[in-house]
Amino acid sequence: MPSEKINFDYSIPKTLQINLTGTWLMSSGIPAVSEISSQLSSRGDVTRIIFDTSKISKWDSGLVSFLFGLSKECQQKNIKIDRKGLPQGVCKLLDLTEKLAERIKPQENREEPFLQRIGGKVLQLKESVLSLLGFLGEIAVPLNSLIAGKAYFRLDDFTLILQRCGADALGLVSLISVLVGVILAFIGAIQLQIFGAQIYIADIVGIAMVRVMGAVMTGIIMSGRTGASFAAELGIMQTNEEIDALKTFGVNPVEFLVVPRILALVVMLPLLTLYADFMGILGGYVISTGVLGINPVEYLNHTQSAVKLSNLWIGLIHSFVFGIIIAISGCLRGMNCERSANGVGEATTSAVVTSITSIVIATAIITFVCQVLGV
Amino acid sequence: MKQTSEVVVEVRNLDLSYDDYVVMRNLNFKILKGDVFIIMGGSGCGKSTLLKSLIGLRAPAGGEVFYGEKNFWREDEPGQKDLMRRFGVLYQGGALWSSLTLGENVALSLELYSNLSASQIRDVVELKLALVGLSGYAQFYPSEISGGMRKRAGLARAIALDPDIIFFDEPSAGLDPVNARMLDDLILQLRDTLGATFVVVTHELASIFAIGNNSVFLDANSKTIIAEGNPKDLLANSKDPHVIEFLTRGQKQGVRQ
Repeated sequence: MPSEKINFDYSIPKTLQINLTGTWLMSSGIPAVSEISSQLSSRGDVTRIIFDTSKISKWDSGLVSFLFGLSKECQQKNIKIDRKGLPQGVCKLLDLTEKLAERIKPQENREEPFLQRIGGKVLQLKESVLSLLGFLGEIAVPLNSLIAGKAYFRLDDFTLILQRCGADALGLVSLISVLVGVILAFIGAIQLQIFGAQIYIADIVGIAMVRVMGAVMTGIIMSGRTGASFAAELGIMQTNEEIDALKTFGVNPVEFLVVPRILALVVMLPLLTLYADFMGILGGYVISTGVLGINPVEYLNHTQSAVKLSNLWIGLIHSFVFGIIIAISGCLRGMNCERSANGVGEATTSAVVTSITSIVIATAIITFVCQVLGV
Repeated sequence: MKQTSEVVVEVRNLDLSYDDYVVMRNLNFKILKGDVFIIMGGSGCGKSTLLKSLIGLRAPAGGEVFYGEKNFWREDEPGQKDLMRRFGVLYQGGALWSSLTLGENVALSLELYSNLSASQIRDVVELKLALVGLSGYAQFYPSEISGGMRKRAGLARAIALDPDIIFFDEPSAGLDPVNARMLDDLILQLRDTLGATFVVVTHELASIFAIGNNSVFLDANSKTIIAEGNPKDLLANSKDPHVIEFLTRGQKQGVRQ
């Protein structure tokens, strides 16, 4: 034990006198309450504890926390503690702990049984499906009035959102798409070189980019970029009571905040996808002609004959669906966000996870349907 | 502005709850025209929940809220929206729409619900901002001004349509004493000039005594109203230990224990 000292004195019957001496500082370590506890157990007849602390030279919370632990222990064992011998400051602090303890209600046991937790999760799933359907309904009504020209629509806001989820994303989309084109060209080259058919790299890059990869990569980029920002923006608006303020002004928050975002993404994602297709083909072209030694004109001719208009349409359908998915999951999570910093974080994460998962599932479905239709 | 006996808001047997957890039960009170009506009580006792039920953000578990003759929670959606247009709300942090300038924040409800032309709206906006001491700030965004200014801008937005009733959620929270006092003065001046009724949710004693002429005291333990009346009278005459303890900042313990 460091510099603090405890002595036990049993000279008074049924009473334990604890003599504390030396320094009692947190920095020099606090003795365990169990030491006294074992003393008390060995002498079963003790009903009262008194202290002599006249020889303590210095103390801080270390002493108080030791005595606090001791008094809890004694409460359980029905032993009375006489605080007379303690320094006045210590007594006051101990009094304070008791005074506050009266006011705090004991917390309920929140541990749920296993089956109840499973049941809870299932009900949660039902809730989230219902809230999605409800949200779709809430979107449908203002969309309808927008078409009828009755909705409140701020063009300034809309163009700003258009810019943020369109033009501002061009850099990132260019980088990723060019690299995807490059990767496709290299992977194609490894196999096709064996047969001396490198020229078909043009077909692989062209079809893959235009039909699926352009849209999927753009979708994933925009999920992380715009979907997350929608969720965070609306989440913070929810936290700051801005959405409540809209409601009390009789403005439908879905009409005011969600509809322009969905429209903006639905317009911009196909355009970005077209741009990504072009950049991907460019990436493949640069690698094929510059590194793999394919004739530039031949490459372009092959691309032109391989990429049919149907591929382009399928790519655009992908991107249209992705636009809806990203905007709805971002806005839904943001609008349902819990009112805390943590809630905004969760809303953002869950918006990105939901939209990327839904994008992959939607791609699988569209690909399957195209296969069945023979497109 | 003299108070008349015209009842603007009446709450009858209102119960508030979060799912199964009852926050308040059996609330009954009337707010008269021209009142500065204080809803007070300790932290977490349900003041803000009550406010949400009054302003149409949260349906109560039971009971009624009447605006004049109209039972708010029995109205259909257009009816509720009509009633909502009659009141303004100042939220705790101002809750200004962050993507709009102060001018646009104030102008929004005018654009929606008035037939004013763009230039007339600009004039009204400038007036409302001037009333709260923010003349010339129309082009600023909420993030560019201080917390106290944001609250005042929130007030300008709340009074844009000259509402009959203005609700305040913790107006002095987070403000320094000078700004808090300024907001209190503003409330009294607006009451006198606009003739509106003010409902203020707060636990700031200085504000309560400075502006309130009627009040209800919500108690978390008994989950209902345990005192009502002018806060100064309550301080002088109340026998309830919780009320006395609250109104004296815990200096008088009342007759507890």
